[in-house]
Amino acid sequence: MPRELTQNRIQKIWIPSKDDKPSMPRTCPHLANPPTVIVMVGLPARGKTYISRKLTRYLNWIGIPTKVFNVGEYRREAVKHYSAYDFFKSDNEDAVKIRQQCALAALRDVKNYLTEEEGQVAVFDATNTTRERRDMILEFGAENGFEIFFIESVCDDPNVIACNILEVKVSCPDYQDCNKTDAMDDFKKRIECYRMNYQPLDPDQYDKNLSFIKVIDVGRRFLVNRIQDHIQSRIVYYLMNIHVQPRSIYLCRHGESQQNMQGRLGGDSGLSTRGRKFAGALAEFVEEQNLKDLKVWTSQMRRSIQTAEALNVPYEQWKALNEIDAGLCEEMTYEDVRERFPEEFALRDQDKYYYRYPSGESYQDLVQRVEPVIMEMERQENVLVICHQAVMRCLLAYFLDKSADEMPYLKCPLHTVLKLTPVAYGCKVESISLNVDAVNTHRDRPEEVKRGPSILIRRNSVTPLTSPEPNKKPRMEGLDDPIIREVTPAQLTLLTLRVPKHFRGPLNYRLLMQQENVSHIFWLLASNQTLGLSLGDLLKLTNQMSS
Amino acid sequence: MRGASRSKNTQDLDKRVCMTNCPTLIVTVGLPARGKTYISKKLTRYLNWIDVPTKEFNVGQYRRECVKIYKSFEFFQPDNEEGLKIRKQCALAALNDVRQFLTDEGGQVAVFDATNTTRERRETIIRFAEQNGFKVFFVESVCEDPDVIAENIVQVKLGSPDYIHCNTEEAVADFMKRIKCYENSYQPLDEELDRDLSFIKIIDVGRRYLVNRVQDHIQSRIVYYLMNIHITPRSIYLCRHGESDLNIKGRIGGDSGLSARGKEFAKALRQFIQSQNIRDLKVWTSQMKRTIQTAEALGVPYEQWKALNEIDAGVCEELMYEEIQQRYPQEFALRDQDKYRYRYPKGESYEDLVQRLEPVIMELERQENVLVICHQAVMRCLLAYFLDKTAEELPYLKCTLHTVLKLTPMAYGCKVESVCLNVDAVNTHRDRPSNVDVSRLPEEALLTVPDHH
Repeated sequence: MPRELTQNRIQKIWIPSKDDKPSMPRTCPHLANPPTVIVMVGLPARGKTYISRKLTRYLNWIGIPTKVFNVGEYRREAVKHYSAYDFFKSDNEDAVKIRQQCALAALRDVKNYLTEEEGQVAVFDATNTTRERRDMILEFGAENGFEIFFIESVCDDPNVIACNILEVKVSCPDYQDCNKTDAMDDFKKRIECYRMNYQPLDPDQYDKNLSFIKVIDVGRRFLVNRIQDHIQSRIVYYLMNIHVQPRSIYLCRHGESQQNMQGRLGGDSGLSTRGRKFAGALAEFVEEQNLKDLKVWTSQMRRSIQTAEALNVPYEQWKALNEIDAGLCEEMTYEDVRERFPEEFALRDQDKYYYRYPSGESYQDLVQRVEPVIMEMERQENVLVICHQAVMRCLLAYFLDKSADEMPYLKCPLHTVLKLTPVAYGCKVESISLNVDAVNTHRDRPEEVKRGPSILIRRNSVTPLTSPEPNKKPRMEGLDDPIIREVTPAQLTLLTLRVPKHFRGPLNYRLLMQQENVSHIFWLLASNQTLGLSLGDLLKLTNQMSS
Repeated sequence: MRGASRSKNTQDLDKRVCMTNCPTLIVTVGLPARGKTYISKKLTRYLNWIDVPTKEFNVGQYRRECVKIYKSFEFFQPDNEEGLKIRKQCALAALNDVRQFLTDEGGQVAVFDATNTTRERRETIIRFAEQNGFKVFFVESVCEDPDVIAENIVQVKLGSPDYIHCNTEEAVADFMKRIKCYENSYQPLDEELDRDLSFIKIIDVGRRYLVNRVQDHIQSRIVYYLMNIHITPRSIYLCRHGESDLNIKGRIGGDSGLSARGKEFAKALRQFIQSQNIRDLKVWTSQMKRTIQTAEALGVPYEQWKALNEIDAGVCEELMYEEIQQRYPQEFALRDQDKYRYRYPKGESYEDLVQRLEPVIMELERQENVLVICHQAVMRCLLAYFLDKTAEELPYLKCTLHTVLKLTPMAYGCKVESVCLNVDAVNTHRDRPSNVDVSRLPEEALLTVPDHH
């Protein structure tokens, strides 16, 4: 007997009603099934951490929970003060022992992340330059039922290496007491320590049955061996499209539209007078930037095209950049929506990322729709994207590594250009207001919104997560050590806590909050008894914060 | 889509995303029976489907035009001067047609399908491309697995016009000798010597790839596609949801549930699937109620794809054709004029659908046995991809309710079996009426509307 279907009220997804699993229905068919461990391979300064973090950011954004485990950070915890490259000599027995322990501690955390914390992909970021080390990891994978995929970065261009060292090594904690030249010098010797025992992946013999991609000379060439599944295929495609050429990405919305002025959602209206003024200002701004080969992209909606027209340069239209489809709520004001669809209005505030407008779209749908744009942006160099509020939030969340929770509340005001420049492991943002007045279309997350436990605990989560910070304290002493978890709050008022499925013992949360008042913490305590936080704990935390 | 001509209305507005700046020449490389033509045809089909005008130029065919009757492998011997001369002429003739296609006929990508096994031949092609401002991308297939090669020969060589008068043993023996003729002078693409060229080397039917210097978006897409296809035997089943309540009323779109007959179909589908005894079948549906209800009846796990949702008819959602004619007669006529590119107001076009479905196609290529339960317009798009239909044909492909299409890749194409599950349903297919002018009478517009309640 076929099961009856009900439509989930937030996502508007039909699920069998007898199904009493509290999980969100699986709507991403091609998520990796067994968890995957991505293992970086390569000498120091070959871009392994760069790749690890970028890839993690991308995977999280498309909804695959991913986390980086950087063994160097474990080592920095274990050996508080880095003295010199001698630590990395292969005959330094004590050091070798410590480094081995760090790798094991990291792997233990990998296992925990993938089995207990619903991670799907773990990126094991270390040199992993010997067969011995890689064999150990393969064994670890086999024991736990994890797929293993290697990413090796091979580069012998001295310029690239010197550049890497300057950008990310010289300023790293290891060298905080050195000058640049000494740091550079020591690091080069460090590389030599590894080089002697480096056994690159061998596709012809020893490693011919492994799944891996060898990235040669920063993407000039790739060797891809035995891709096993969808996620590996997507990873390979992504790696083949990214580059390290310096460039800038400009994101802005169309100029103020007539519908904006009326406070209406969606639609396809033209620019208001002020909007046209903005378009002119944008043209001037672009000229001032004096960019080489700027690509200009718009959506297929009138307001963004009108804005681009004022620039008097060729531009390309992407349907994928169209604003989120508000379905039945198109062209209504928020007041209209609240009046005519009060339940929908409330549901949207409850979970703005997953919420799909009736006969419309959700932010989650947007991410999927906009992914090819992101891929093409990675390929390109200087690009200006003239889009819309929700779309811009999606793109921004990708570049700035914002979680699904934060994404729908990112501030993207009209008549402001965001200039993003990749720098070291992340992105520098400059916000440039073009000084043309416009209405404010931003709606903050309402304070009184109740958020039930189903949102805190997500199974088979398809939520883009902020790439979690690597665990700062390595669990060297044993399982009794507390798990320190850093959490960033969503926006101004509400706290979001991610609770692992089976936590044991007391939890310490170090909450980073923007200036906040205590009443909200007590609100959280009152409605979430399951967290097991005592009043005492919270008082301690608030004291810590205010000091 | 191949042959997608634009109506005057849409031409000016068409500032789509540019896939290529200058035309691209894809050059296959490899010994005979390494899958070059298979790859060429498949790649051409894919590129045309995603709206990149592509055409393949198979030098073997030019040779067959030139040398009407094929005698034996001796034609290919490296010391057969006359043979060499003819083969070179054929290659040049093909290149000439390539030039015409890319410069005069609006082509974007040309696939030059030949062995191209010597560096000398490849140099000639590179010079040709430089002279004409084309980018060159090599696709080399390297394979030493005797089983794979034998299978190739059986599947596509035995039936070739060259061996029309031979029996199997003779043909195989001759073809193996033919391969030998190429082997001695074969210079594979080399990591060092050819390090400035853009290419992908496919090793052992996709076990390994070497990718060098991808230059632009289209090459990146090509590489991604090539890395996702496989040749493991499998079948793809396409069908629509069971008849829905809105179907019965003659209304388009919406999100209604199955009618009684639709539920019958779902049960029949379950029996059919079981009788097929398919190994590891994946079942995919859209996120619309009627496809999910159909899948539910199968009693197996299934996955929902929003990308498989029916075409969005925008302001025409849930209307009958008669109502559309009444309320939007001009739109109705425009749609008949160019059904592929026509976008419903606040809705989608078939062209949009194709873009939306591309990740589904990519995943279908990766998978093995799959049953896709979708909708009329969506199924037409998927079918057009597998059966290499043009933009003109696509919106009129017959995808009737309660019929399953079983597609099995075979040789260079796809075998189709149409299985009707014998449960009655309304007809939802509307042919193109003869009068598509906006000034036409309502009766003329509604002439081809199928019956409904």
